[in-house]
Amino acid sequence: MINFSILINYWDMFLEGFQNTLIASMIALLGSFVLGTIIAVFRIAPFRPLNWVGAAYVEFIRNIPLLLIVFVFFYGFKFGGFTAGTLGLIIYTAAFIAEAIRAGILSIPKGQTEAARSSGLTYIQTMRYVILPQAIKVVIPPLGNQSLNLVKNSSILGVVAGLDLMYYADLVSLHTYVVFSVYIIVALFYLAITIPLSFLVEYLERRLTTSY
Amino acid sequence: MDFIGAYSPENLTFLLSGFMVTLKVAAIAIVLSFLLGTIIAIIRYAKVPVLSQILAVAVNIIRNLPLLLIIFFMRFALPEVGINLDIMTAAIAGLTIFEAALISELIRSGLNSIDKGQIEAARSSGLNYIQTLWHIVLPQAVQRMVPPTVSQFIALLKDTSLAVVISLPELMHHARIINGGHQDYVIPIFIMVAFMYFTVNYLLSIFAKRFEAKHA
Repeated sequence: MINFSILINYWDMFLEGFQNTLIASMIALLGSFVLGTIIAVFRIAPFRPLNWVGAAYVEFIRNIPLLLIVFVFFYGFKFGGFTAGTLGLIIYTAAFIAEAIRAGILSIPKGQTEAARSSGLTYIQTMRYVILPQAIKVVIPPLGNQSLNLVKNSSILGVVAGLDLMYYADLVSLHTYVVFSVYIIVALFYLAITIPLSFLVEYLERRLTTSY
Repeated sequence: MDFIGAYSPENLTFLLSGFMVTLKVAAIAIVLSFLLGTIIAIIRYAKVPVLSQILAVAVNIIRNLPLLLIIFFMRFALPEVGINLDIMTAAIAGLTIFEAALISELIRSGLNSIDKGQIEAARSSGLNYIQTLWHIVLPQAVQRMVPPTVSQFIALLKDTSLAVVISLPELMHHARIINGGHQDYVIPIFIMVAFMYFTVNYLLSIFAKRFEAKHA
């Protein structure tokens, strides 16, 4: 029922799309991790206005669709599909990563901060040497989940001609007049990334939650 | 940027009519995916032979695929095997299948969080397995499930926008139609669209937090 000869005949296109999906996901993961960390620091920094900025960012971004952010870059600012899609992914995912990091930091008892501060460490030192090394354990499993979502969400590039798997799927099905087989093949490409990633996330969840 | 032209009464009512479709599709999909998710979760929780293994595989495939691909598949790939769904049905079916897979996992972890001792106690006081599930396990699991389900509904409202790829006449599609001829409308219209999504989703998230605080 599934016509795998399409996979062989259009291998180059599928591979190109697969690579671009991976590249967009990697860039977006790095970018949203950096931005998410900054937002998380904003939210917990001992300075009220920064807290508000961080909270406003998270609340606003979490409650609007990713597609809207991508469209603003694509139609509003006239960015290319790949750039608009990747920027959208960074801005959207950063809100969720910021929340995961914040929850991780807040899970460390306040007494530790107080103890570190009263033994003479500065706020930055307390974060760097006491809080963050412990928080990272709590943060890694949700970060894994976010990267999984990120790979799936990267399909949004296809909507703005972002040269990813979904985009090439569309192209191949226009060439061949076949949709069913093409999308099954594309699904297999996605699963090749997401299934191993989900096993890794589950493994990390088990490892890191039992190691206390 | 032309805010005054963009926010003409005709445009605003057109956006609102799109948002009504978004809300309607999301509401139908959340109800259906909650039902389907509950059934899947119970079958897997009760370890019904064969069926629970098949569902485990299906759930893991579905939740590891992009929703966009599933929606597209429902509308454009299924006709090749003789299943023709109209736009609305394809959108609802795609959203429901995807969300049901996610919700079934939430419900399953809710069911698993109920202490096994309660089940043993219920069974030894004479309730059968179905009664135990219905009167002891489910009511407690459902209460724990409300906040994550609301979050899932918010996700669904946002995800409905993906149905633009099959031209479902929802909010994002209507925004694109308005923007079509007017580059100077794009930013004002998207601001309005963001405002609509944000208002409803933010209120829902506040409700979820309240509920959680009350029942914790």
